[in-house]
Amino acid sequence: MSLDKVFDIAGSGMSAQSLRLNTVASNIANADTVSSSVDETYRARNPVFATIFNSQQAAGGSLFSPDQQAGDGVSVLGIVESDASLEPRYEPDHPMANEEGYVYYPNVNVVEEMANMMAASRSYQTNVEVMNTAKTMLQRVLTLGQ
Amino acid sequence: MSISFDNALGLHEEALRFRSQRAEVLANNIANAETPNYKARDLDFNAVLAAQQGADAESAALAVSRTDQQHIAIDGLIDQVAGLRYRNALQPAVDGNTVDSEVEKAAYTQNAIDFQASFTFLNSKFKGLMTAIKGE
Repeated sequence: MSLDKVFDIAGSGMSAQSLRLNTVASNIANADTVSSSVDETYRARNPVFATIFNSQQAAGGSLFSPDQQAGDGVSVLGIVESDASLEPRYEPDHPMANEEGYVYYPNVNVVEEMANMMAASRSYQTNVEVMNTAKTMLQRVLTLGQ
Repeated sequence: MSISFDNALGLHEEALRFRSQRAEVLANNIANAETPNYKARDLDFNAVLAAQQGADAESAALAVSRTDQQHIAIDGLIDQVAGLRYRNALQPAVDGNTVDSEVEKAAYTQNAIDFQASFTFLNSKFKGLMTAIKGE
């Protein structure tokens, strides 16, 4: 029954969104992690999503090209660090200040992260509902003939 | 006289299968609501129905032909390609994503209700058969 696949698809969506929530949590937690050099400073992290297409069929690859199939869920290709510029601040009294008296603050935009967090939790919720509906449909099928 | 399940169950068996496949496509849209460049898809009932009835020439090529009497007939292969369409997005996102979560959720819920309806029809067909068998 192909309804089983809905569970995999919604599950992949939930795991992708929870990973996104993880990066948001990491970004917010490290929003004020300062360092004395550009290289060591924390940079905002974001996951990159991509659609999964069915490629593992017995006959070696799918019969259909990605254009002809609907896809099997979402996957996280990787996590990228933001290229936005870091924020140097002149704080000579800071214990982490370098010789010139500067400390570097991460390029985390907390407002952006909060918006990201809400979008992720909404998406997660939607996927849970999809799974729940599929469960109801499957349970209904089990009563066939009764 | 024997009971033919194909005749007895009619369209509802295929309809149920179509609904479950459409649920899959819509669930995929919702899962990919944040994927850059993802284009929302949907299954077109009319196109799939037409393909199922052999009216569509493109799908006829995909059908399995039986060249020998001993070949086993494959039925119930729903040709997804025949009905898979891109959705016209009202407000596509900057990253090329055309999923509108609300539209997808509504379509998914409606599809679930349609599934229940198809199931109810199928179930009543079975109940009718049971009544015929028991003769009560």
